[in-house]
Amino acid sequence: MTAPVPFTPVMAGEASKDAPAPVTPRDLPHRGGPPNPSADALRQRFGKAVQRVDVVWGETSVVVDNSQLAAVVRWLHDDPSQRYDLLADLTAVEFRDAEQPIEVVWHLRSLPYRRFLRLKVLLEKTQELKVPSVWSVYKAADWLERECFDMFGIKFEGHPDLRRILMWEQYREGFPLRKDFPLRGRFSRSEQLKQALAANPEARYSMEELSIAQAYEDLPDEMRRRLSAGEKTGE
Amino acid sequence: MGLSPRPDRPQVVQSSDEPWITTRLDFLVNWSRANSLWPMPFGTACCAIEFMASAASKYDLARFGMERMSFSPRQADVLICAGRVPFKLAPVLRRIWQQMPQPKWCISMGACASTGGMFDNYAVVQGIDTIIPVDVYVPGCPPRPEGLIYGIMLLQKKVMNERSKDKTLRQEMEPDPKSQLYIPAPVIDELSEPFGNSVHQTRSGL
Repeated sequence: MTAPVPFTPVMAGEASKDAPAPVTPRDLPHRGGPPNPSADALRQRFGKAVQRVDVVWGETSVVVDNSQLAAVVRWLHDDPSQRYDLLADLTAVEFRDAEQPIEVVWHLRSLPYRRFLRLKVLLEKTQELKVPSVWSVYKAADWLERECFDMFGIKFEGHPDLRRILMWEQYREGFPLRKDFPLRGRFSRSEQLKQALAANPEARYSMEELSIAQAYEDLPDEMRRRLSAGEKTGE
Repeated sequence: MGLSPRPDRPQVVQSSDEPWITTRLDFLVNWSRANSLWPMPFGTACCAIEFMASAASKYDLARFGMERMSFSPRQADVLICAGRVPFKLAPVLRRIWQQMPQPKWCISMGACASTGGMFDNYAVVQGIDTIIPVDVYVPGCPPRPEGLIYGIMLLQKKVMNERSKDKTLRQEMEPDPKSQLYIPAPVIDELSEPFGNSVHQTRSGL
């Protein structure tokens, strides 16, 4: 057991004391308007890795290079002039137009500066779908990346435990939110039911999860034996 | 909502001056079972809200002897599946059903539990009768408490009509050990066709 880290609360807007109190924005233009100052800072720091900056309804989206994403996120989190300390959301978008690349989207929030930044990485469908994981920066990315992997099949390199999270782990039909995935799934209903019923509802935990929960000792002998033999799920 | 008196013919004969009654054992057993059905609520969606409304004071399931919600399947008589069941939950629902002791019944509450409802997609079981046997289907999206109570009264009627001579009533339905299905696969495919619930009116006759 490591010593508890002292908890230091972050107050919203504490880094920009002279800034006016936040108000609900009104009369925002659809396109254009002043970008988030972090966008310019990113341009200066990372140069060509910042491919595009869009401002839509007052929110800034920065399209960055896949290879530089990990460095960009790390810098946004650590730099005292940015302090993006909250990963609000992580998801992906696939467009109906088959030519258009898949976008992976990170929603970052800087509480001390009251800033919101949207990072995007474009993934060509002809290439392997993989982006670096931001788990080492934000622990919140753990389940978000698993969900994104589950639904879109995007590999997050560096994620410690990239498994399916919504569908069961033996799910073989593909990635449900992809545009080429039929709404009713690929298999027949009876086959889907057969595969679903074959899963063991009691054996859904990996050794890592159990050691975190320290519940391993409380498990039935038979389940402990199965898990220590390396079994992850009910296969 | 008034409850009209049961049209059953009187099954209990009490002689006017003697301190004993005569009745049929079947009737006595069924009467006590039907009026103390302990529900196991399996609520996964909005139907569970209506189920709670049915259990609360205005509709008051206690009138039917159901005031005791059993959150353990081992002390339950009726599994009330209220809400959609995703495929990931299918083995869980099957396991809960297998844990319930006989005698046991199942009410499938709402369109999603009965047929998959509007969720004709990759993730939702198209009717829980493909996993476990169902006694009463309650339509509605979600059904109002009156609807659920009507279904419960139908189940009570079904319980009243059971005969202890019929040994098949208490037999556990064993799924095929290989596929874990108890309905043949082609039948499940046919039932799960789009709009299957509106053209296959006989699914409860399986």
